[in-house]
Amino acid sequence: MKGAQVVLKALERQGAEVIFGHPGGAIMPVYDALYDEKLRHVLVRHEQAGAHAADAYYRASGRVGVVFATSGPGATNLVTGLATAQMDSSAVVAVTGNVPLPLIGTDAFQEADVYGITGPITKHNYLVKEVNDIPRIVAEAFYIASSGRPGPVLIDVPKDIQLAEFTGSFEVEVDLPGYKPTVVGHAGQIKRAAKAIRGARKPIMMVGGGGQTAFEEVNTFAEKTGIPVITTLMGIGTYPAGVPQSLGMPGMHGTVTANRAITHCDLIVGAGLRFDDRVTGKISRFAPNAEVVHIDIDPAEISKLVRAHVPVVGDLRDVLPRLTAELGRLDIDEWWETLEEWKGRYPERFKLDKPLVSQEVIQMFREATGGDCVVTTEVGQHQMFAARLFPTNRPRTWITSGGLGTMGFGLPAAIGASFARPGEPVVCIAGDGSVQMNIQELATIYRHQLPIIIAICNNGMLGMVRQWQEMFHAQRYSEVYLADSNPDFARLAEAYGIDGFNIFDRETAAELIPEVLARGKPAVMNFVVYESEKVFPMIPAGAGVDEMIIGDQEPEEADLATKEVKVG
Amino acid sequence: MIDRHILSVTVRDRPGVLVRIAGLFARRGFNIESLSVAQSFQPGISRTTFVVSGEDATIEQVEKQLQKLIDVIKVVDHTKSKYVDRELMLIKVQVDTAEDRVEIRQIAQDFRARIVDVAREALVFEVTGDEGKLTAFIDQMQVFGIVELIRTGRIALPRSAADPKPGAKQARAA
Ligand SMILES: Cc1ncc(C[n+]2csc(CCOP(=O)(O)OP(=O)(O)O)c2C)c(N)n1
Ligand SMILES: [Mg+2]
Repeated sequence: MKGAQVVLKALERQGAEVIFGHPGGAIMPVYDALYDEKLRHVLVRHEQAGAHAADAYYRASGRVGVVFATSGPGATNLVTGLATAQMDSSAVVAVTGNVPLPLIGTDAFQEADVYGITGPITKHNYLVKEVNDIPRIVAEAFYIASSGRPGPVLIDVPKDIQLAEFTGSFEVEVDLPGYKPTVVGHAGQIKRAAKAIRGARKPIMMVGGGGQTAFEEVNTFAEKTGIPVITTLMGIGTYPAGVPQSLGMPGMHGTVTANRAITHCDLIVGAGLRFDDRVTGKISRFAPNAEVVHIDIDPAEISKLVRAHVPVVGDLRDVLPRLTAELGRLDIDEWWETLEEWKGRYPERFKLDKPLVSQEVIQMFREATGGDCVVTTEVGQHQMFAARLFPTNRPRTWITSGGLGTMGFGLPAAIGASFARPGEPVVCIAGDGSVQMNIQELATIYRHQLPIIIAICNNGMLGMVRQWQEMFHAQRYSEVYLADSNPDFARLAEAYGIDGFNIFDRETAAELIPEVLARGKPAVMNFVVYESEKVFPMIPAGAGVDEMIIGDQEPEEADLATKEVKVG
Repeated sequence: MIDRHILSVTVRDRPGVLVRIAGLFARRGFNIESLSVAQSFQPGISRTTFVVSGEDATIEQVEKQLQKLIDVIKVVDHTKSKYVDRELMLIKVQVDTAEDRVEIRQIAQDFRARIVDVAREALVFEVTGDEGKLTAFIDQMQVFGIVELIRTGRIALPRSAADPKPGAKQARAA
């Protein structure tokens, strides 16, 4: 058996079922071996899309996503995808071909220092130097990628290794003396955390991406204690947005209630989040009165940005139930009165003063699906609108590039999610700018007839950048105008064999959305929307959470043309 | 507070591990003041010593990030407790006159520096000690003229009481 086959067999033994990838010279032996294997391979049209698809495959299923690419340009195309997965703690194993070992370092054709390039953007990486090491390295890669705080791992396999005769064994042991994730929380710390929570009068819980694996535990904790719950952008789906106990999303474009609660609370239970700067705003103004209980599996996140008074390192699935057991219903009725008042004053609302706005389109999707679908997003205003108006009800169904903010993520992510959850409807909320960054994947969607709806909020603008220019750059709209050269998205879809719709008004939108959803077929729905919509509230970059600009979310701004909506 | 830290990082002996460690320092704007790497007493395990200056909080963050690297087994910041440190220096000193030679040798003796190479115009000394001692020796030699000098960078071990966990004893050969 040759190294190339060993790679595939080893992946199979780790439970890999679907591989996203793109072939090329240096990985041809692997693709040749694939010809005889039952492993499913999905041919993407760009390696970046392959990496995003593998990333979303993990996020949607909890099973490690796998991506293949060739050396040099194939591998460098993975870079954005790996960095995205690293920032959002997503378990991906990337296998790249490389030039034969003796040529490494000689500037051979299609050679790049992939091991060097990907070091800082992976949890770990390998350059295989010995064919018999492959089973061990693949086993380690899967273990590292999926355990502790998950992340991407890259395995670079020189071509001569792929062609070398294997004489080793598949029975391998993973022995990593430097890698022992702490899963079980410290009993003393849990007791201290419980004591602090019991003593709080104005507590909140903030759940991040780590909560995606601990839906039950988060919900049981919230139910028993009655604590108000805030879900970060990465935590959407870990707690149902429609429940009265939910305060929505915090941070730069978070809800008024969530941000006010942060400013006024006396305790934060931070669960599986890293207090990213888009959540905290200016650190010195973040939760000035709060004691912080920080539960996370990654000790390096504790007190990195926000000082934790009670750190608990461990897996939420271990820590939360033990913490719940220590607690009863919290005595926080007064706090709830205040929160209810804010919630009542600041429901989600938007103006309907133009023929069509992004927010109502997104709201229509939420109504049509009830939030029981997979949502992926691109990056921009539409992403923030979706986070607020289209949160999903279940874990692993809200898939967005949070940490890196990668335009071009949403469309290939929809592909990965669709393979992870076959048959389930997937809605990709996209912008006209972002969607063009991996638009070539319409071919992949067509090829596999995936039930993905790409909903483009087409404002003819790089809207988020435009908003910043309007607010902070004296309305100097530099290089954000797309409308004069956007393609006809419906015809573009049709060119790929996918149903395409250009929609200009709310009546047509309301009629078509449920209808297209019901078809269970790929579709591109291009909604031509108002160009100057803005995302509010907004905390300007570098400002404090308490310095939020409420904008058109202020009830005084409301007029007859405003629609108030209940999320969930 | 900005302080100088001596970090001992025990690593698996893999290509690329040093680059990753150095990358963590560089990303946060730390200059590595000295670095020494060598095999430990266990096969496949190396011990590295980094001297860096930085904010205590940032160093602590780097320590945690180092700990996260898969090939890093242990990180110790010696400056947090009692430690002993040493550095080795080879220094070639110019000898112009017979009187100089006598005087240089006398100073070297006081510093317990060993002569490792003797020539007519120069002497090479081997000096070990802590930083203060090496600096003092360099100062003394400056007047005679330093031709060349190389230092290994500092290495350190915690003092016994500070690290009570002994390594596993190896069975003695019969
Ligand atoms: C790859 C990449 N390049 C640039 C950016 C910066 N950026 C953030 S949002 C945005 C505009 C996105 O426009 P669009 O997709 O049309 O979404 P909209 O804001 O209009 O809803 C840009 C350029 C980014 N996040 N990612
Ligand atoms: Mg746009």
